[in-house]
Amino acid sequence: MPMWLFFFLAALAVIAAFGVILQRNPVHCLLGLAVNLLDMGVVFIGLGAVTVGFLQIIIYVGAIMVLFLFVIWLLNLQAEGLSGYLGLKFFGAIGAAALAAELAVIFLQAAPISRLVAAPPTQGSIASLGRSLFSDYLIAFEATSVLLLAAVVGAIGLARRISSSADQAERSGAGQTSLPDQRTAPFGGASRAVDRDDQIPTSIPAPATNDSARRERRSA
Amino acid sequence: MIDLVIGALKAIVIVLLVLNLTGVLLWFERKGSALIQDRIGANRAAVFGVGRRLGLPNLGLVNTLMADPLKLFTKQDFVPDGADHFLHGLAPFLALFPILITFAVVPIGDVLEIGSQTINLQAAHLDVAALYLLAALGISVYGLALGGWASNNRWSLLGGIRATAQMISYELALGLAFLSVIVTYGTLDLQQICRIQGGVWFGWLPRWGILVEPVSFLLLLTAGMAESKRVPFDVPEAESELVAGYFTEYSGGKQAVFMMTDFAEVVLVAVLITLFFFGGWQVPWLYRDGFHFPGPHGAFLRLPNYAIAILQIVSFWVKTVFFCAFQILVRWTLPRFRYDQLMQFGWKGLVPVGLLNLMVTALVVVLFGARY
Repeated sequence: MPMWLFFFLAALAVIAAFGVILQRNPVHCLLGLAVNLLDMGVVFIGLGAVTVGFLQIIIYVGAIMVLFLFVIWLLNLQAEGLSGYLGLKFFGAIGAAALAAELAVIFLQAAPISRLVAAPPTQGSIASLGRSLFSDYLIAFEATSVLLLAAVVGAIGLARRISSSADQAERSGAGQTSLPDQRTAPFGGASRAVDRDDQIPTSIPAPATNDSARRERRSA
Repeated sequence: MIDLVIGALKAIVIVLLVLNLTGVLLWFERKGSALIQDRIGANRAAVFGVGRRLGLPNLGLVNTLMADPLKLFTKQDFVPDGADHFLHGLAPFLALFPILITFAVVPIGDVLEIGSQTINLQAAHLDVAALYLLAALGISVYGLALGGWASNNRWSLLGGIRATAQMISYELALGLAFLSVIVTYGTLDLQQICRIQGGVWFGWLPRWGILVEPVSFLLLLTAGMAESKRVPFDVPEAESELVAGYFTEYSGGKQAVFMMTDFAEVVLVAVLITLFFFGGWQVPWLYRDGFHFPGPHGAFLRLPNYAIAILQIVSFWVKTVFFCAFQILVRWTLPRFRYDQLMQFGWKGLVPVGLLNLMVTALVVVLFGARY
């Protein structure tokens, strides 16, 4: 990868990262993050880690960011101002300051970049990746797999528990009290409508004539 | 310098071929659906009535290839109120672009020798082309999702959500089909996959992948059709429920770009099926020096290199067009899935079958060392 291309991609990554934190609309923030991750994938490919670069694009840009998009849509997140989340911002600022200091130290101590050295072609290949994953890093790899499996099972468990309790509620007839908005809306709405029908002739006249009106109706 | 020119030519030719094929497929879809449904179909537009004066029937070619695009690209470009203008404009191109760049790694022939130049008939040679294809397919989701979201319309948003959910669900099955193909051939290089499929079994049977990986073929065909959001998998644009899904609020040229994306995806699926399971550019019994016909006497026909290259290119596109036509025929034959059926079919049908297929493939390769 030529030097100018690297700096172009690096600048793009920084701009996209700023887009993530400076945009108001969550969907725009997400797009900034997607561009950033795509850009990182391209940098990986340019530096010789071809497999890792493509995997980064497939997994992060193609799958995880799309799921983020889903979450934003399904939670109906709206554009928000800069106020709020003060605690989060306080600790975030401390973390950012620590990272910036770390970067500054590294920049001051490291030798300046004069040229880019791509990894040898055998190193970024899918064969070498597989070999190192299943020999040198076997335990870490398997531990990660187990962790992911546990997360998947946990996600299914969480999703299942809600639906089974809803089923039970439905079966025992308790659903009307546990989910007032959805379950009782038809009944509640209907009874309210009946009330209103009753009230229309009685509530419009003054209270004094109320009794006379009732008497009239009874006699009728 | 000459390499640069050749590379640019290859890239331009393949993109033009695909774009033109989308137009022809549009014609085939409209006229073919008319035939299937016992209608006449497009038969009005003509250029100065030349065809009629010559006594030719109007096949609707002028309609679909000239009049419709002209109309679409000169129509008002409508952007709804409250829409996100930038993303609304970007979305169609974000959908089309990743699909078009996948064709860069598609080999349409072996090598062409002109003088001292040896031209690899593939726009870009990439060792990990299969990963590249999956990455591009993954990115293509954004165009639809953002098109639905940026339109500021409930139907569009629902269509966008459906399209996204469907595409990431079926990408899994597609990826599993890819994986078993890769395990079978032992390479991610598409040109290499085509070369491996050369030669014969039993002296006469072409060594095409369909004979080794029939389950992957069905998986790729099904998941690919779902990925291109065609009937029976067209719930994102189910017109009886969602008007037109994610491109409800698009008109004119941008809508045409979305339509082109659909057809480009059809071409892509056909290309993938051809590459992985039907020998790609291989012609049965055609080798580097000419035809070696099977049979007791083994007739041999020597052919020059350019003739072989032309035969290979023709073979590749004949297979591809066949599978494009097949997908369009399926579209007009099957009814649409319901949304929950679609999800169940993807997650409880294709994914387990894909996993099983991958396990069996891996087991066979490990046990018998069956490098293809």
